[in-house]
Amino acid sequence: MARWGLVIVLAYALVALLTPLLVHAGWLSDPNAGLQNPIYAQPSLSHWCGTDRLGRDVCVRTLAGSGVALQVVLLALVIALLIGVPLGMVSGYLGGWVDRVLVLLMDTLYTLPVLLLSVVLAFLLGRGLPNAAAALCVVYIPQYFRVVRNQTAQVKAELFVEAAQSLGAGPIWILRRYLLRNVITSVPVLLTLNAADAVLVLGGLGFLGLGLPETIPEWGGDLQQALTAVPTGIWWTALYPGLAMFVLVLGLSFLGEGLESWLSGGSAQRTGS
Amino acid sequence: MSRRRALSRYLAARVALAPLMLWLIASMVFLLLRLAPGDPIDALLGTRAPESARAALRTQLGLDQPLLHQYGSFLGKLLHGDLGTSLTNQEPVTEVIRQSLPASLELGVVALLLAAVVGLAVGFSGIARPEGKLDLAGRLYGIGTYALPPFWAAMVVQLVFAVWLGWLPVGGRFPPTLLPPEGSGFYLFDSLRSGLATGEWQLLLGSVRHLVLPAATLGLLLSGIFANSLRLNLRRTLGSDYVEAARSRGLGEARVVLRHALPNALLPVLTITGITVASLIGGALLIEITYSWPGIAFRLQEAIGQRDYPLVQGIVVVVAGLVVLVTVLVDLLVAVLDPRIKF
Repeated sequence: MARWGLVIVLAYALVALLTPLLVHAGWLSDPNAGLQNPIYAQPSLSHWCGTDRLGRDVCVRTLAGSGVALQVVLLALVIALLIGVPLGMVSGYLGGWVDRVLVLLMDTLYTLPVLLLSVVLAFLLGRGLPNAAAALCVVYIPQYFRVVRNQTAQVKAELFVEAAQSLGAGPIWILRRYLLRNVITSVPVLLTLNAADAVLVLGGLGFLGLGLPETIPEWGGDLQQALTAVPTGIWWTALYPGLAMFVLVLGLSFLGEGLESWLSGGSAQRTGS
Repeated sequence: MSRRRALSRYLAARVALAPLMLWLIASMVFLLLRLAPGDPIDALLGTRAPESARAALRTQLGLDQPLLHQYGSFLGKLLHGDLGTSLTNQEPVTEVIRQSLPASLELGVVALLLAAVVGLAVGFSGIARPEGKLDLAGRLYGIGTYALPPFWAAMVVQLVFAVWLGWLPVGGRFPPTLLPPEGSGFYLFDSLRSGLATGEWQLLLGSVRHLVLPAATLGLLLSGIFANSLRLNLRRTLGSDYVEAARSRGLGEARVVLRHALPNALLPVLTITGITVASLIGGALLIEITYSWPGIAFRLQEAIGQRDYPLVQGIVVVVAGLVVLVTVLVDLLVAVLDPRIKF
């Protein structure tokens, strides 16, 4: 399963890299160009997935959407990682009231429905690529915070940390030397599973008319536009962007599950021997 | 400390935490809406509106007051159940929410029941042979239902069953030719009551026909969570010592699974589904938009499109409050039900 996940994710990355090049070279039409095409044309040889309500090619837009989705999700998760991990370390290491306030805040954020939180932020920040990433990252900060904070609190109680402290090691040195490595091993699984989730949330934002500007081809936004045509039986504008999103999320989930069982299986063997 | 006293202390602490969380959420939403870059007045009227209209709207929204004052009056009104006035139709926000919440709850409850039945059946089916084909299928079912974007799955279902086959209506909540039943706002319940009173079953048939597709879609999507958590917990329980002991006493496999393992495996399922469903509802309810189901997510989308700040703020606060409430309730339920939990 993990192998399939890897294949799918790599294929999407490849598509994301190649599509702009092919568009630039003229092999594919521009995802926003459509005025010379018939509108709502059925899939045919010239437009394999048909055209949408503005005559834009559905295939090209779906392919271009993978690059957009991967960019936003990657950016969002990097920001979440950069904020969540240090915050969790500080909170777990310091303890006391700082820790308690941060935990309450993060627990509250964590309780909120994912989409609701990013809807509020996306509503405020307006449309744009960095804005969408910022709206998404808030959802994932609490998750990294939790994992890192609990591990930090756990490691802090270990004897070797006390020994290092009594030898005069400062908190920053301890955090870097003893914690970062422990924490880093649990992050990849969370990162992959969160990426899967983030693709869905980004799609939801686009579907609500939030997130990215209209000029950027995005699956959720395209699906929102396809919705009005569904009752008339026009299926091609709705099918392909959603299918692309579904398969990417599937691939990322497979990869995440595979990583998880691989990492936990590996550690079980190590402790067993 | 006796278990009963420990339990009541835990319950009290958990209940006391809920208002704190609600206050945090309300404050966060308020602050975010005020501190965000860009003037809400610009967003509402556009930058070219005359200064007099802008000033009037600013006064109406209370945006000319100092921030702390605004915050105080927001919290004060919130405590009295006043969420302000919608900008687009001048209705109180609470009234808008009161009208659309029953539709969402009706859809959510029916879908959850369906999800529980289907999900538990799927999760239970693979247990006879772990790592067998049925077990793998159950695992794939869990991931697959998670990976489907809800609104897209709804569009596909809509295309097949409503547009191509024409079995059921495309969207909406009630036949447009009929007058919706009066009463609680839960159409299923209201039309059943009016059917019992008058003997006319048209209303009930209409609301059921409109409910089938949205509820089935949402139910199937949510059933994956039930299936997955039952599968994982049942496997863990079946590997434990007391199940081994029951087996070695010579009890039949069916009795071991049903009487000994299943009850213990169901409790964690309750917790996990409570939390996940609460947080998922926010995303899964997007199918309301696909089916033009006039619930809370549908109104939220409208409010976003019209940049109706008070309405967005109100809906977010209310839905978040409901989610916190459900989470706390599930925690309490599990604490009361499970004698193994120590505090």
